[in-house]
Amino acid sequence: MNSALVKKDTFALWKKNLSSFWSIYRQNSMGLIGMVILLIFALMAILGPYLVDITIMTVDGVTQVIHPPTSEYWLGTDDLGKDILAGVIVGSRVSLMVGLAATAISMVIGTVVGIVSGFYGRVVDALLMRFTDVFLVIPWLPLMLVMAALLGPSLGNIIFVIGITSWAGTARIIRSQTLSVKERPYVERARAIGSGDTHIMFYHILPNVFPLIFANTVLVAAVAILSETTLSFLGMGDPTQVTWGMMLHFAFSMGAVSFGAWWWLLPPGICVVLVVLSFTFIGYALDEVLNPKLRRRDQ
Amino acid sequence: MNKDFNEANNLLSVRGLEVHFAVRSGFFSSLVSRKISLVRAVDGLDFELKKGEILCLAGESGSGKTTAGKAVLRLLEPTGGEVLFKGEEMNAFSKSRLRHFRQEAQIIFQDPFESLNPRQTVFSTVAEPLEVNRLTRDRREKEERVAKALSDAGLSNPRELFMRYPHELSGGQRQRLAIAGALVLHPDFIVADEPVSMLDLSIRAGILKLMVELRDNKGISYLFITHDLSLAWLISDRIAIMYLGKIVELGSADDVIKSPLHPYTKALVSVIPVPKRVSLAGKTLLKGETPDPVNIPLGCRFHPRCPEAQPRCSEEEPAYREITPKHFGACHFI
Repeated sequence: MNSALVKKDTFALWKKNLSSFWSIYRQNSMGLIGMVILLIFALMAILGPYLVDITIMTVDGVTQVIHPPTSEYWLGTDDLGKDILAGVIVGSRVSLMVGLAATAISMVIGTVVGIVSGFYGRVVDALLMRFTDVFLVIPWLPLMLVMAALLGPSLGNIIFVIGITSWAGTARIIRSQTLSVKERPYVERARAIGSGDTHIMFYHILPNVFPLIFANTVLVAAVAILSETTLSFLGMGDPTQVTWGMMLHFAFSMGAVSFGAWWWLLPPGICVVLVVLSFTFIGYALDEVLNPKLRRRDQ
Repeated sequence: MNKDFNEANNLLSVRGLEVHFAVRSGFFSSLVSRKISLVRAVDGLDFELKKGEILCLAGESGSGKTTAGKAVLRLLEPTGGEVLFKGEEMNAFSKSRLRHFRQEAQIIFQDPFESLNPRQTVFSTVAEPLEVNRLTRDRREKEERVAKALSDAGLSNPRELFMRYPHELSGGQRQRLAIAGALVLHPDFIVADEPVSMLDLSIRAGILKLMVELRDNKGISYLFITHDLSLAWLISDRIAIMYLGKIVELGSADDVIKSPLHPYTKALVSVIPVPKRVSLAGKTLLKGETPDPVNIPLGCRFHPRCPEAQPRCSEEEPAYREITPKHFGACHFI
């Protein structure tokens, strides 16, 4: 056997691990429903601009303003005569992107703070955890609003604001798991063969807290997408971008409720609910798969 | 102490080694009293380990034998005393010397189910020491050294095991894997912390045989930590009996087992199981448990449990001295 074979074996190993994970995951109906919903929205976000004609997003003459669903406009039109269905499809792209990018920021900060704090303990731990507590106890919505208002309405700022306000819970969870993992004998063995702190944190702590990070990521993503909708709805979003939150914002401010224009309010709202629900379903399913103690016997 | 010993033959010389832990008290009790209580886990240890020797540290749980093993490897910072490794004072080790020491001295843990990272493959477990110490960059050479270490540790078809995870191996295979992870660095010295106590009896002999063979072929010295005296007798050249952080008796394996001096050793030796039906009538059974190392008894630390205790024992700590040639003990009445 030569090196090329060891490399090939590594891929085979990943494939094996993935398929054994899938064989447990697919028995979880909640997780499957969540995954199907999320896949539909992901396809919508990726293919959206190719599916709908962007021109129907433009102002389309006075007669079609705030029109209920017709055979031409399946979900009706808004106050400027723009097609709601097209808006929902195009909006999915930005909403998901903002949610995932903010989640990535939040997970990186939460994981680094959690592992470093748990691993070094003492002064480092005390300082980092008091800092984390500050972020935990500050009401996140006003903080987000203030930061978004100060930084100005742009997509980048929204991502930054959501990411920076949602990592504290993750840091706490990762820290507690790190405290347990760092006392295992294999960490001591790693020290005995001469590994440094960084090596131990990266190769021994991180892989063993990773299932927790993974399950947590999905739940944070749900919150991040909801936060984006909230911020946009409250008018802190970028008005030049079509997102579900922005659609709700315009619908509300233009008086969709008093017009009785349900087709204007419901579609973006339902989309947000479905995406958040799918992430939550997947999160709970992952929790069950990665934490065998929660698995039910009859499965 | 035995001074006419040839120092150059000593791989390890331990003098007055102490490891004390401060007991953290709660916030309120720390307001009330300023006293810090200490756990004296290792409380003045003297011994030498010769090149190619197997020295057994034996004692009940709580005697500080594991702590002593970790302290000589600097996995724990000793609070007192000195350890000389190949004649060099370990407290004076520079960072780079300590890095090199990590290649010369290795540890094998008790529980092979806990001492291996469950998310590391066999290959990565054994290759890690090479990578951490930047010993080889060449992938092919690394694979060869890993395969060699695995077969040295008695695992046949090592390359077929490369991509397995520890949970796919049996207990004996796992302990062999842990040994391979130590062997890959070509150490001179291994601390074996109860390496077979978690294994089935049928597998123990194989692991012990492997360890003795490694000593014979590669000249590896062992500090073998165990609570099992019959095992100590089987494998070691010399045995040191520890009680509450101190050595109470040290001598050749035969001397300690066949003619024990210290009452504590006598009690331990008398309960070594023999494979036949016996009654416990004539055995010395120790009263009670090992005391709390926070409050070590005054005088001889063994006197509250000693079947031969005299009034003097609770007042005066016995000296650790050579009683017959190369056989040391700490008791007033031997």
